[in-house]
Amino acid sequence: MIEIFNIFLMAMLVITALAMVSSRHLFITVMLSGIFSLLVAAIFLFLDAADVALTEAAVGAGISTVLFLGALALMDVEETARGERWVRVSSLVVVAVTTIALVYATFDQPLFGDPNAPINLHVAPWYIENVPVHMGIPNIVTGILGSYRGYDTLGEVFVVYTAGIGVLSLLGDPVKNRMNRPVQNHGLRHYLIPRVVGRMLIPFIILFGLYVQFHGEYSPGGGFQAGALIAAAMILFAILEGENRALNVIPMRVLYLMMASGALLYGGVGVATLFMGGNFLEYTVLGSTMVSGQQWGILLIEAGVGLTVTGVLITIFHAFAARSNL
Amino acid sequence: MDAWSNVVEIISIVFMAIGAFFIFVGGVGALRMPDFYTRMHAASLTDSAGPIFILIGLILHTDSFLVAIKLFTVLVFILITGPTASNALASAALLAGNKPSLAVKQTTAE
Amino acid sequence: MAWVDYFHYWVFAILLMIGFFGVIAKRNLVKKLVGLSIFQSAVFLLYITMGKVEGGTAPIYGITDNTVFSNPLPQVLILTAIVVGISTTALGLSIVVRIKEAYGSIEEDVIHEKDRVE
Repeated sequence: MIEIFNIFLMAMLVITALAMVSSRHLFITVMLSGIFSLLVAAIFLFLDAADVALTEAAVGAGISTVLFLGALALMDVEETARGERWVRVSSLVVVAVTTIALVYATFDQPLFGDPNAPINLHVAPWYIENVPVHMGIPNIVTGILGSYRGYDTLGEVFVVYTAGIGVLSLLGDPVKNRMNRPVQNHGLRHYLIPRVVGRMLIPFIILFGLYVQFHGEYSPGGGFQAGALIAAAMILFAILEGENRALNVIPMRVLYLMMASGALLYGGVGVATLFMGGNFLEYTVLGSTMVSGQQWGILLIEAGVGLTVTGVLITIFHAFAARSNL
Repeated sequence: MDAWSNVVEIISIVFMAIGAFFIFVGGVGALRMPDFYTRMHAASLTDSAGPIFILIGLILHTDSFLVAIKLFTVLVFILITGPTASNALASAALLAGNKPSLAVKQTTAE
Repeated sequence: MAWVDYFHYWVFAILLMIGFFGVIAKRNLVKKLVGLSIFQSAVFLLYITMGKVEGGTAPIYGITDNTVFSNPLPQVLILTAIVVGISTTALGLSIVVRIKEAYGSIEEDVIHEKDRVE
């Protein structure tokens, strides 16, 4: 019965994707991408992926839409022109042939939901059994993310940090860009209702972000979602009160410090375990028993992830907002 | 107690059906209304009346007190942010020069 | 209703090709980035779909009484992939902003023309 709902959501997803690609107006495309991300998050929830749904909703529907809108505001492009006919026709032919090949290949896939599919038989039952034994935390996904696959997460934190550095080097330091313009940015100061309601909500959003960060071991949550939520609260503040006030509240050097110290904390935990006698990122040596050591390790690295993601997302927003030619 | 829990089930189903009806009306109105402001007024039903009935229906349906408190918090949050978003959208449209279609007719009638 | 089992994979194939069409056939650079993000979401859908176990629940102990869990490993990989995806989107958008400032347009053939002329 719930399958019908899933099929309906996926049909809406395909329609939204078609509308996004074929629309000539870029603003419509960006708004539809927010709807697309929310639909994908709902489908993830139906497929029992609670952590992934939270991340997709926070990052995809929230931050990604803001970034696209920020970039669109810098470009003054409204309509796009049609491509040449031969490009469109040959692309359609290639796409149609590949679709048929992919659909033909899907008939060899294991049936949907099969508990004896090869993907569910090798490492996954070992992970499911051993997370409460080794780490004592209920959220299996956080246990695997933090400990069993900790290298992947270390690489990811550095990828996020690199993206932050890359955007800063491409778009320039926001404070220096702002100093060349004498215009004071008042944000939405003259709009009473959004300003009052927004200022009332921002502390609760930050509180919820901190809850998601520290509750990541017991319920869906963790560093990435918390970073996106706290960054969203600060972006809301910057939109409501103006860029200058937001850069006074959290100055750029604090953001640089947040970005770097998150990645440093993660790598530092690894090096510290080296000095304490274990391997790199072996959390067992951090505590007296294996369970307490693993919990300390996961807590510290999730804090590092949250710090870096928050710093990078706020920095990217400021870099886009400060580049405008007004 | 069994009769009482049956009555509560039926009331929760009725509430959820009413909420679904309001969201459907909001969707139809967002497509069929002639002007931007009337369309937005119809669409704002999905932020106010729809979630009120659906979430009250869900609160009556659940067994756990903690889940009921969380649902109530979600309802309060939606009721605070939904109308604010509609207001911001209408202000932005008015500032961009999108006048309501009846406004011109009134000034010419006077 | 055997086709229901394959419906998820077909949706993945269709979304993948819609995104791919956006990348190769559209001239506007922002449209290409949007097509790339649709492509990424299709791949995420494939992984999470393959991890679902029938009658299972979210892989968190203690939330429900169900002891059958869906596969947590694809979810871990996709969690990382979503954040990496948005990092590359942010970098791509900043490159597009610089291209717009340097060439005055974000249509691909206008940029190629300007490069060829100068």
